[in-house]
Amino acid sequence: MAITKASKQKNKKNMAGVTKDSLFKKSPAYLYILPWVLGFLMFQLYPFIASFIYSFTDFSILKPMTFVGLNNYIKMFTADRLFWPSLKATFLYVLIAVPGKLIFALFIALVLNMKLKFINFFRTVYYLPSILGGSVAISILWRFLFSRQGTVNVLLKTLGLPSADWLGSPNLALGTMGLLVVWQFGSSMVLFLAGLKNIPTELYEAARVDGAGKTRSFFKITLPLLSPIIFFNLIMQTINAFKEFNAPYLITQGGPLNSTYLYGMMLYENAFSFLKMGYASAQSWVLFIIIMLFTALTFKSSPYWTFYDDGGDF
Amino acid sequence: MKMAKTKKKINLIISYIFLIILGIIMIYPLLWMFSASFKTNNEIFSSLSLIPKQIVSGGYFAGWKGSGQYSFDLYFLNTFIMVIPTVLFTIISSLLVAYGFARFKFRFKKPLFALVIASLMLPTEVVIIPRYMLFNSLNWLNSYLPFIVPAAFATYSFFIFMLVQYIRSIPRELDESAFIDGCSSFAILTKIIVPLCKPALISVGIFQFVWRWNDFLNPLIYISSVRKYPLSLALRMTLDVTDTISWNQVMAMSVLSLVPPVLLFFFTQKYFVEGIATSGLKG
Repeated sequence: MAITKASKQKNKKNMAGVTKDSLFKKSPAYLYILPWVLGFLMFQLYPFIASFIYSFTDFSILKPMTFVGLNNYIKMFTADRLFWPSLKATFLYVLIAVPGKLIFALFIALVLNMKLKFINFFRTVYYLPSILGGSVAISILWRFLFSRQGTVNVLLKTLGLPSADWLGSPNLALGTMGLLVVWQFGSSMVLFLAGLKNIPTELYEAARVDGAGKTRSFFKITLPLLSPIIFFNLIMQTINAFKEFNAPYLITQGGPLNSTYLYGMMLYENAFSFLKMGYASAQSWVLFIIIMLFTALTFKSSPYWTFYDDGGDF
Repeated sequence: MKMAKTKKKINLIISYIFLIILGIIMIYPLLWMFSASFKTNNEIFSSLSLIPKQIVSGGYFAGWKGSGQYSFDLYFLNTFIMVIPTVLFTIISSLLVAYGFARFKFRFKKPLFALVIASLMLPTEVVIIPRYMLFNSLNWLNSYLPFIVPAAFATYSFFIFMLVQYIRSIPRELDESAFIDGCSSFAILTKIIVPLCKPALISVGIFQFVWRWNDFLNPLIYISSVRKYPLSLALRMTLDVTDTISWNQVMAMSVLSLVPPVLLFFFTQKYFVEGIATSGLKG
């Protein structure tokens, strides 16, 4: 069995060239990937399994571990008065931030793709906020700009418009935080722009000859050919939004009335402020399952709306 | 025909106006922060202007000194000590692993690479508590080892993925001819792959630099003593030290904290754009 397999492989490689065969044989491939294997086991797989086990226990850095069965999960779903509001706020936040950012990024990429001049200049300007957006400095800035006496309200007053309590009102605070994500649309825009450049112009010409208008060629050519990029962006952006921590922690502290008490902040507080590490582990697994469900749903639905011209082979 | 042309021209002008206004909206907050750092505390709250009525540099001097025991030169130094080794180890380890995946055939390659991709989607929140316990039992808390050691073991799958994509685009014939010339696989890596991969390696370096520089959650968890605070924690501290926040000091230090990433961005823009375009993934 082993011999036939080996000879088969040899045949295959002989066709491509003898040297290749010996190159692959002598090479210590496992040595190269060894750092990752060890790192994966120590810092990813082990903690992943451990947090699952922790989720059935009650412990903290100061308290020994006791098994409590499903108690953490039961408490979370039935007795924790912060859990459901936090989950709701998080879903709302994802729903505002991710489509807002992606649609805006796509729109600007389409405008920039019209063979305009100074495209590099605009790209730089739009991309800069994506570089800085995750920093503490920008969270502080946001907190200041949208505070009651902040710059945004001063601007609205000078324009004769009514001002608002952007971060102090439960109806607005989440949207104001979502705006910070949309402000960082540049990274997605650059990706879309690269994707748009790869669409052959002949396709549009052919569509025009066939009598298709601009809207039609957008929906029949642009969108399908961009769909793999949109797909990846959608998944990564959603995961990022689900675990957002900086914005609620630094800008609103979860308030007002817990309207911005996002899941990531709840997790942090339970684990490291209240030292309920078993409970927080259970919550982290619920987050993980939500993210997995979302990813699976997106993958499942992708054959209906993403288009791979190479059949989707990686 | 002529009408269509003028219509096109009008469209073009509208697009430019739109793009310029959008650009101003995008950049205004950053410029405002920069100008606020030179304003007096009273003016910060009342004026939209980007030009301070009276330029004061007190925000920088007082801010740099800090309100506690330590000043910002320590926080800057700490950030560099934390970030630079992390970045270097990320580049080296990700390159080795990516080379292994991109160029060799071995058993279980497909499932292993699938694990790399899968761990890309694993939220850090899920592993952060056990990691914390692990680092605690190793006595690594309140040091930079929780940042540096995982980087040395290629735990940033995103960069592995990015480099695998890039190495795959390098023609294999180059490796093969080097092999005939008697190069070992490691020599092929250093003499052929590394020079050709330079843009991608620089991309990895700058992305990782900016992300680690901005990182707040991990230092918040792992670093407890102010003496070891990186900038992100020090900045947050400026917010809750006093009742009345001296906003111009906060703004001044915020501006300074953004200087290294902004400089890096302007000098290496090409790689930023290329990096995210070749990986086709992250935002």
